[in-house]
Amino acid sequence: MALSISLTVNGVARNVVVDDPRVTLLDLLRERLDLTGTKKGCDRGQCSACTVIVGGRRINSCLALAVSCDGAQILTIEGLAHGDALHPVQAAFIAHDGFQCGFCTPGQIMSAIGLIQEGQAGDDPERVREGMSGNLCRCGAYAGITDAVLDAQRRLAELDRKDVA
Amino acid sequence: MKTFDYVRPATVAEAVAAASAPGAAYLAAGTNLLDLMKGGIASPSRLVDVSHLPGLDRIEHLPGGGVRIGALVRNADLAHDPDFARCFPAVAEALLSGASAQLRNAATVGGNLLQRTRCAYFYDVASACNKREPGAGCAARGGDTRLHAVLGWSERCIATNPSDFCVPLVALDAVVEIEGKAGRREVALESFHRLPGDAPERESVLEPGELIVAVRLPAEAAGFSAHARYLKVRERTSFAFAVVSAAAGLRIERATIVEARIALGGVALKPWRARAAEALLTGARPDRAAFRRAAEAALADAKPSGDNEFKIELARRIVTRSLALAAAGTPERMPALPASPFALAPGARIHV
Repeated sequence: MALSISLTVNGVARNVVVDDPRVTLLDLLRERLDLTGTKKGCDRGQCSACTVIVGGRRINSCLALAVSCDGAQILTIEGLAHGDALHPVQAAFIAHDGFQCGFCTPGQIMSAIGLIQEGQAGDDPERVREGMSGNLCRCGAYAGITDAVLDAQRRLAELDRKDVA
Repeated sequence: MKTFDYVRPATVAEAVAAASAPGAAYLAAGTNLLDLMKGGIASPSRLVDVSHLPGLDRIEHLPGGGVRIGALVRNADLAHDPDFARCFPAVAEALLSGASAQLRNAATVGGNLLQRTRCAYFYDVASACNKREPGAGCAARGGDTRLHAVLGWSERCIATNPSDFCVPLVALDAVVEIEGKAGRREVALESFHRLPGDAPERESVLEPGELIVAVRLPAEAAGFSAHARYLKVRERTSFAFAVVSAAAGLRIERATIVEARIALGGVALKPWRARAAEALLTGARPDRAAFRRAAEAALADAKPSGDNEFKIELARRIVTRSLALAAAGTPERMPALPASPFALAPGARIHV
């Protein structure tokens, strides 16, 4: 049963024929659209390595059916940098050693962007840790991740102020 | 995963018709259902995708003070709705203590009510489970039962309901609005989930094709907003299901409890309202002795279903502490760790 859906992925409109309704958004991105930056960790919603932003909200792409995402705006790790210019959250993860092996990092970064947009954590490290608690890091880079999120949030707020001025 | 037909109805009536066929299941966010399908625990032959249905994603504050929550409202949107969180703070706290931010961004109100148990034997298709396969037996009996039920269980099933959201909802007399072939009906949340008895495969009162369209809280539920808490013991700080949880709401006038609401999570196959405990508190002074008496009453019928006797005393202590926290007053801001027992009880000392 083939189903035709439209998506906007990293700003580009895509029409995709999904040949099997079982395909998740994660598998669509990785296997059909060759966007392999989004990682498949547990594939069961327990590790959040597959985090992407759908309609402005961070979700687990492994637990979303691709066909159900018809019409959605999707942002993945590939859509963040402008050429060699990294997104402030990417730069902050490097500056603060927010990773070791790097496997969970795309999900951590997309989750951090979602957390900052949600605006609930403020500058409280405990609230950042709680807000990032869905993203597991087997290397245990949590301290660096928390510092990176707080720093990136400050930088993004500064950029916003400059934009306004 | 077994393949399935995917249908996307445009109206509630179309959805009900499509989901009335044998083997059909509703799909909203899919955060629980897709997990179950990947594991072979659920294998519907048709998915009826209701996530695009119009009009079910609204939070309506009703004249007189109640609220009507559309079934497709996302858990995170409800918890962060300022008016909702102010009127029903324990519900917001429970929502934010559940799952992860990613899951709360996707998971819906209706789906939360219908999430399946997290019993490891239910999830393991190589284990016997009466809920998964009626008559197969229960591998949990005599198995690893640390997290299983201490109230309302049967020889057929000792699983628990994993929802946090439902615990304060049942304490606050929530009503479930249901649409089916015969039209609309309403069921009190307290009567919505079924205890296992001899048919643990029947988990709610929903008939085939029936769809949850909204959950309503009455105006009286907002009367507890000044003294309302949810408290949840987990085996790690965050992103874990409850070992035991409790919702507590108090109305206090002139240093006397006028009305109390208490419900427990993680102890039974349904969110567990503790009415006898509530009655004991009416007219009492809000002190530790009264809270402990209420907690004893709330667990009076509890009995271990295996190696989980500890949960009974743990539940008494969680009820006692949630009442003490509620009496101390709803925090002005949501705690950094919602529902966490790591925050100190009022007047408590730090134990290292």
